[in-house]
This record gives sequence, structure tokens and C-alpha cells, in this order.
Amino acid sequence: MIKWFRSGSPWVWLSAAAVSISILLVVTLLGLITARGLVFFWPKDVLQAEYQDLAGNNYRLIGEIQDTEEVPAARLRESGIELPGNEYSYTRYLIKTGNRDALGMDFRLVLPDFLTNIEHPPELMVVERREWGNLYGYLKEVKENGQVVAEGEAAVTELRKRLKRALELHGRIKHIEKDLIGAINYKLEQLRLEERRLELDNNDDPAKRAAITAQRAELQIEYEALQRQRNELFPQFNRDSFSAEIMDGRIIEVPLSKVVRFYFPNAMGVGGKISHYFSKLWEFVSDEPREANTEGGIFPAIFGTVMMVLLMSVLVTPAGVVAAVYLREYAKQGFVVRLIRIAVNNLAGVPSIVYGVFGLGFFVYFLGGNIDALFYPEAQPTPTFGTPGILWSSITLALLTLPVVIVATEEGLARVPRSIREGSLALGATKAETLWRTVLPMASPAMMTGLILAVARAAGEVAPLMLVGVVKLAPSLPLDGNAPYLHLDRKFMHLGFHIYDVGFQSPNVEAARPLVYATALLLVVVIIVLNLAAISIRNRLREKYRSLES
Amino acid sequence: MHENTTNIPAVNVSALQENSTPTASLDDETVSLQVRNLDFYYGNSKALKNINMVIPQNRVTAFIGPSGCGKSTLLRCFNRMNDLIDDIKIEGEILLHGQNIYDKAVNVANLRRQVGMVFQKPNPFPKSIFENVAYGLRIQGMNDRRRLAEVVEKSLKGAALWDEVKDRLEDNALGLSGGQQQRLVIARAIAIEPEVLLLDEPASALDPISTLKLEELIYELKSRYTIIIVTHNMQQAARVSDYCAFMLLGELIEMANTNTLFTNPQQKQTEDYITGRYG
Repeated sequence: MIKWFRSGSPWVWLSAAAVSISILLVVTLLGLITARGLVFFWPKDVLQAEYQDLAGNNYRLIGEIQDTEEVPAARLRESGIELPGNEYSYTRYLIKTGNRDALGMDFRLVLPDFLTNIEHPPELMVVERREWGNLYGYLKEVKENGQVVAEGEAAVTELRKRLKRALELHGRIKHIEKDLIGAINYKLEQLRLEERRLELDNNDDPAKRAAITAQRAELQIEYEALQRQRNELFPQFNRDSFSAEIMDGRIIEVPLSKVVRFYFPNAMGVGGKISHYFSKLWEFVSDEPREANTEGGIFPAIFGTVMMVLLMSVLVTPAGVVAAVYLREYAKQGFVVRLIRIAVNNLAGVPSIVYGVFGLGFFVYFLGGNIDALFYPEAQPTPTFGTPGILWSSITLALLTLPVVIVATEEGLARVPRSIREGSLALGATKAETLWRTVLPMASPAMMTGLILAVARAAGEVAPLMLVGVVKLAPSLPLDGNAPYLHLDRKFMHLGFHIYDVGFQSPNVEAARPLVYATALLLVVVIIVLNLAAISIRNRLREKYRSLES
Repeated sequence: MHENTTNIPAVNVSALQENSTPTASLDDETVSLQVRNLDFYYGNSKALKNINMVIPQNRVTAFIGPSGCGKSTLLRCFNRMNDLIDDIKIEGEILLHGQNIYDKAVNVANLRRQVGMVFQKPNPFPKSIFENVAYGLRIQGMNDRRRLAEVVEKSLKGAALWDEVKDRLEDNALGLSGGQQQRLVIARAIAIEPEVLLLDEPASALDPISTLKLEELIYELKSRYTIIIVTHNMQQAARVSDYCAFMLLGELIEMANTNTLFTNPQQKQTEDYITGRYG
């Protein structure tokens, strides 16, 4: 035994065990997120059953099983439930019954022991709506302007046809409202600011004023035309409706303008389920959120995250590289430089929320406030840059990740062989020329390594962003079709914050929980994609600037 | 270097030197570089002690001596490569065209264009062969692709590498063999047409055939450049050089026509070293 101990193999085993545990943890983490996140989009069967609740009332229950949990019998008895058996614990279902508008709540905790006559009728329909969550029920009639046009079997095809039309109209209305009218509003706002600017400059050049007035009148006419167009679409859009019988037997009428999609999960084959799954998945990554972020997609959050990270990269790389070049190549190596290096390394250990506070105090209020006072007096008192926004978020995160880039670049510079520098200098190059033409290209893979680490850290950072620019719902993306296209002063959405917001700040936590997993998975995927992009660039650079074997 | 000198039989100098003028004396040559009272310190230790010498123009001068004798340090003084090292001190002067290269008014980059250098280990840049040779010209601001191509071809021909690489000028220079790399580095150095070429043990990392090619190249280059070569290999010194300087412990012991130095050394230390009893 002692011999075995002395041989050193216990340490090998210990190291191997540590590695295995780490890998296991990572795999478990990713596995859990992936499983929970991806299963969410799979259409679940909807059950119908007789249920006897605590008060002894019997009623029909329609819904899908969202979650199963084990509850100790004692706890159930304490809450006054008379349990039939003697088991230690009982299974309990969390059933999503939907129909929040009619039933008041859309989730119920149900003991399967009290469910009787469980069946999965294929006629059961699930309707996703723009408001009030899902509807579960039986399709009865399809109506046009209140007149029944189809019933029973025929209603399904009719509904499908009419929903397609409604969705197309919805797209057109949205285009008019968001893109066209949005652009006009933006231009009108610019005109207002221009007018205010003239006012502040005491410039009462009548020609300019007249030009503004004329432009405004023009935009106004355009706006009214669009408004008219939209108003013409509305009655058409609201023309159709359908009625359905929900679990308590009531008939509910829903206008098709409120419907996103409907489907019959119990009647779906595997193929139908798969196609439904992918259409839901696509909606998730490409659409905007609905209903306080608990439904729909998270495209603005993906866009915001990626854009913020890219902006940060653009800011942090030059700053970090320049700092590293000075520290490594020009500064006289001594006590002061050592001190600076220690300070830089320690900067990486400062809690990120501290950066957030600094960003808010210095960038947003001080810098932003002064920028507003100097360059945007016409917008006062509304702040332009003196309020959290994507620019300040990027700068704050750039500051946060700066040490990583500096350290990596310095290492890269140190690895460039002396002989290469001497070779360049011996050809009559100055130090700056040598750096620019030879040393920096050869150190570029190391810079990319720094950037990769920076991106990995920045993309997952949430705490500082909450102070300097992230919001739960941004009305417009920081990049759009209105000049100057890139709006650095705008607030943005971020996947990390979205997870927090959906999971813990949402009015409907039960409905949002699966979304938390899906969003978390997407955040991981986004970070992996960003990293892979950076890694592939680095590998190309490495291949190109393969340093001498020495 | 002990093995080198002991295992190899005495050098047949006269056979190797048949191309040079055996009896030429330093006094008859045009002076390219002149070293006057040069002292060199690494921190507190004195690496070169009162060196005085004359480097003849368009001749090959070899520095020989045991490891650590200061011959590389002296060589690197000629293009001020030692400036890169912290904590050094230089006293005395080195004259190029009568001007002290350690004068404050001297532009070091310009000096290095006049005094090119090839290092012990081939150090091509991780760029294409073409870009390696064009590097010095690009530094000088030449960007005309056609002129660059002319100079690159001329330099590669001058370094006897053209035929081997003319079809793959855009390939990475690191793909060349060690000997080719060293000739590429020479092509790179002569592309900017220096007056003096410093070779710091250029063959020490090469195989015998590459070494032979390199020596032939040095012989060809001397008509256009003043060449100073540091070498550990005395046969090599005997083969390629016209003049030879023997250094020991930071001092210049003896400098003379190579033939004379190897056949009739004036100093006891020189004789000990070249016969292998020393160093």
C-alpha cells in the first residue's frame, strides 16, 4: 500500500478523477439545458379527463402536462387532501389548462389519482394567441362578420385558409406600422430637433424654417396616406373569427386577428410534430417576444447580444493591443511597469457590477451628459447619450475585458523570436516599422486568443449591463434602415438579462420557465458561435505566421 | 570548438588560397571600416578591450577565436546591433567613410542599410519568399511591383537561390530548407545594396553541402561588398577569407593576410589556437 502510494499513481488517479468530474459537470450542464430547452418546442398531447378537486367538485379538465413532481404524502394531507393510499409520496402534475381569459389561471396542480376517464381526443385544438396565452378546446364554428361560414369538419380547412389570410394581413399592417410609419416618425423627430437647433442658435432664417415646415407637411401627408391604408386593412383583418368550446363547456369566440397558429396535437403524426417543432424553433430564434417575453421569439435579444459583443471587440482590441505594445516594447522595464502590470492583472478580478457602477457614473452620466450638453442641446431635456445605451454597454465591457487582451497580447509579443526582430532591424527598419510589419502580425494569433477570452467573458456578462444599457423590451433594434443606421444611443436586449427577466421577473413564471432553458441554450450557442468564429480566424493567422521553431 | 580544431588535420592553406593574392598586405588595401580604441562593456564586464583594426574594402575578413572571445560582439558593433541590448557601454569609435557611426547625428536605420547583416540562424520572416527579399525595399517606401520584382530577381540570383525558388516566389519562406533560408536571408540583405555585409557564423546551422554553396556565394559576393565573417571553423576561415583576425578574451591578438596568419603567425597565442592546442 505504501509502495503504491509512493509510486505516485494515487496522484495520477486523483488528477484523472478531477478531470472526469469536471467533464461530467460540463456535460450534465449542457445536457440539462439542451434537453429542457429543446423539449419545450415539441407539441405535447393534450389530455381530457374528469377531475375531482379538493372541494369534491367534479369537472372536465383539458390541458397538457407541463411538469411532474413527487410530493410527500404528509404535505398533501396537511393541506387537507384525503389521500386514498398509504404511499409515502405521490406524483403531482402541473397541468397547463390555458384559456387565461376565461378561467383566470392557466396552470393547475393536479393529483393523477383524482383523474378519471383520461383520454386524448384528436379533435382537441390548441390555439396560440397574441394575447391571453393558449386556448385549448374544440373548434365549433368559423365566422365571417359574425355570420357562420363553416361548422364541424369543414371548419378546420376553412379556419386554416382564413388564418393564412389573417396572418398575411397582419404582416402588412405590421410593415406599415413599424417600418413605414416608424421611418416617418423618425424623420419627423429629426425635423423637430433641427427646428429646435435653429431656435437655440437664434437663427431665424425664414428660408430654413420654411424648408422644415414644407418637409413636415410632406411627411404629414405621407403619414396620413399610410394611416388611411392601415385603417382600410383593419376591418378586413378583423373580419373573421372562430368559436370554440373550452373545458368548462363555455363557447368562446376569438377573432382571427388575435391568432398566431392553431394545431391538433393529438391528431398529429410524427412528421407533423417534427415540422411543428421546427416552425416553433424558427419562431423562437427569428421573432420578437410577445406577452411580456413569455411567448414568441427572442430575436432582438440575440441581435443585441451579438452586436454588443462585436462593438466591444472593435473597442477592446485596439486599446488592449496598443497598451500591450507600449508595456512590452517601449516602456522601460522596471518597478513602475511591474506595478502597472500587476494593476492590470488585478483589474480582471474586480467584480463586474463594479464596472457597471463605474460605467453608469462615468460613461453614462458624466461623459454622456456632457456629450448631450455639447452636441445634442436640441433634444434636451430628453437625454441622447446621457442615458444607458449600447455604446456605453460596449465600452463598459471593453473596459472589463481589457486586461485579458493586454495580457494575451503581451505574451504573444514576448513569443516573437528576437532573431526576427533583429533581422528586420538589420535591414534598416526602425523599431516602429519592425513592430508594424513583422512583430504585430506574428503576435496576431495571441491577440485573437485574448479576444476569444474577452468575447467569452463579455457575452455572458449581465450584471454591469443592467446598469448601462440593457432593457427587458427594446422597441427598436440598434441597427435599422433609418440613417445613420447604427444607433449607438439606443437601449438593447440581451440574452443573459432576458433569462433573468423571463425566469424571475415575469408575471407568469410557470409559462416562462421552459423558455429560460431555451434562452440559456441559445446564449451558450451564441457564445460558442462567436468563439468558433474567433478561433477559426486565429487558426488561419497561426498557419500564416507560423513562428520559427526555436 | 576544441573538437573542431583537434580532430581536423592541419589546414592546407596554400591550396585553398590560390585565388587570392597570398602576399597582399593590409596597408595596400582601400579602407572600408576603421576601428579605433574600441572598448565595450556589458554592464560592468569589459567584453572588448581597446580594439584597433582596419577592414579592407571588397575583401573578406574573418574573425576567429574561441567562444566568448568577443568576435560576435565586435561584429555587431559595426551595424550597432548591440544598441538593442540594455546596459551596455561603448567607448572609442568606428569610422565608415571617415564618419564615426556612434556619432549622435548618425541615423541608425540608415547605417544598417549600409551595413547589412546575416545571422547565425536563418531568420526569414513568416512571409512569402518574394516579400522577404522585398522587405528592405518596402521599408524604404518602394511599392512599384515591377521594380520590386526586378530587384528580387537580381538579389535572389546574386544569392544563388533564383533557380531553386523562381517558380514559388509566393510560397512561405519557412518552407525552404535551412541552407536555402540562409541564402534567402543573404538575398534579403543584398537587396538593399549595402556596402558592408556582416556574416555572424552563417554556416553553423547548415549541412556540409549548404555550407559549400554558401562559401562559394561569399567568394562571389566579395567583388561587390566588403564582407566580415565570424566563424568557429578555421578551415572555413582559411577557405573564404582574404584577411583574418584572431581574437582572444576581448582582445585583438593578431590580424593579417589569411595565408600569413595560418602559415606564419606572429603571436604565440595565435599559433596555439590554430594548431589546436588552445581554446
